[in-house]
Amino acid sequence: MFEKKIEENLFQLLVQIADDKLILGHRLSEWCGHAPILEEDIALANIALDNIGQANSLYQIAVKLENKNRSEDELAFFRDEREFRNIQIVELPKGDFAFTIVRQFLYDNFSFLLFQKFCDSNFIELSDVSKKIVKEISYNLRHSKEWILRLGIGTEESKFNTQKAIDKIWEFTNEMFEFGNVENFLIEKNIIPNLDTIKTDWELSVKKIFDNTNLQIPNISYFASGGRNGFHTEYLGYLLAEMQIVARSNPNVKW
Amino acid sequence: MVKKKVFEILSQVFDPEIPVVNIVELGIIKEVICENNSIEIKISPTYSGCPAMNIIEDDIKFQLQKNGFENIVVTKVFSNWTTELLSNETKEKLKSYGIAPPNRINAIEINNEKKIFCPKCNSSKTNLKSKYGSTACKSFYYCENCLEMFEYFKET
Repeated sequence: MFEKKIEENLFQLLVQIADDKLILGHRLSEWCGHAPILEEDIALANIALDNIGQANSLYQIAVKLENKNRSEDELAFFRDEREFRNIQIVELPKGDFAFTIVRQFLYDNFSFLLFQKFCDSNFIELSDVSKKIVKEISYNLRHSKEWILRLGIGTEESKFNTQKAIDKIWEFTNEMFEFGNVENFLIEKNIIPNLDTIKTDWELSVKKIFDNTNLQIPNISYFASGGRNGFHTEYLGYLLAEMQIVARSNPNVKW
Repeated sequence: MVKKKVFEILSQVFDPEIPVVNIVELGIIKEVICENNSIEIKISPTYSGCPAMNIIEDDIKFQLQKNGFENIVVTKVFSNWTTELLSNETKEKLKSYGIAPPNRINAIEINNEKKIFCPKCNSSKTNLKSKYGSTACKSFYYCENCLEMFEYFKET
């Protein structure tokens, strides 16, 4: 096991990444019964389940490190908005199908690169779980990549809506490469990768697909930030209210 | 041996979503530790989000208790589960149940595609209809020969 300070930082890190996945999974689940075609309904529900399952695994490792007898459900259902450490991109409302696909594509790319590096982590429990997670992400990344190509070279309307989604979401992409204040310490110990290299790889792989479709990366200079420190958009509170109401109304219920 | 007996009992526990394959054959039992009067079973989910895990955990406890065991702990571990753990015999069971068994991961690709054979008529004239299916471990195919939809257990 590691020294106390590393464990505390690792706990923070795992919660950040798990929060991303839990909130994104919840957003995706909102498509259940509403997707444009049946196959997509099944796909988005499956991807939602993958994300929530991955969040669950990461929370389980986190609570073990924390060693305070908290369960993964307590982290998910009994923390308030300011205690969530997810990046803001995942909490934005699901929008239209183009918006959801653009977000998945950008996030899946990031998540894939991150978990690929996590497979080499010095923290053995993280590397073990990552080997499983990275396979799941790669399957989902193929799905979102295919849709970006289809929408980007599809009709005028699909191209227009997809570009509109990219323009709207782009300011939220930079936050993916921030890990609050835990990063330097854990990078030195070879527990997490350097995020700068992930950012470079991410930009390359996103650009490669966009170039095949005439979709453009917007030229903006302002980027949102703050999620890793508990600052969120107004949307997260509403999402948590819906997600947590049952657990909070019946705190110790078993079923 | 106690361990042997435990494995026999675990072979009576089935994945509720694929009721022809038991959890030992599925490769999700990672370790069985028998010490003094307690038993610890380590299980690993096939996919992170597998919703059957809690039911499987309850079934393991139920079956062991029914056979007189006490102090049973089921621990979840997150190992790199792969369909390579499925034996040919297990794959046959899937096939006769109507689910096309997973290809080997290094199976030969033809035109960049791995051939998926229809579990009903063995035809290779099949098309992917949906990458995602009723559970995380399956996708949907259509057979051009017998004109039936079938599920394929994805290789991973």
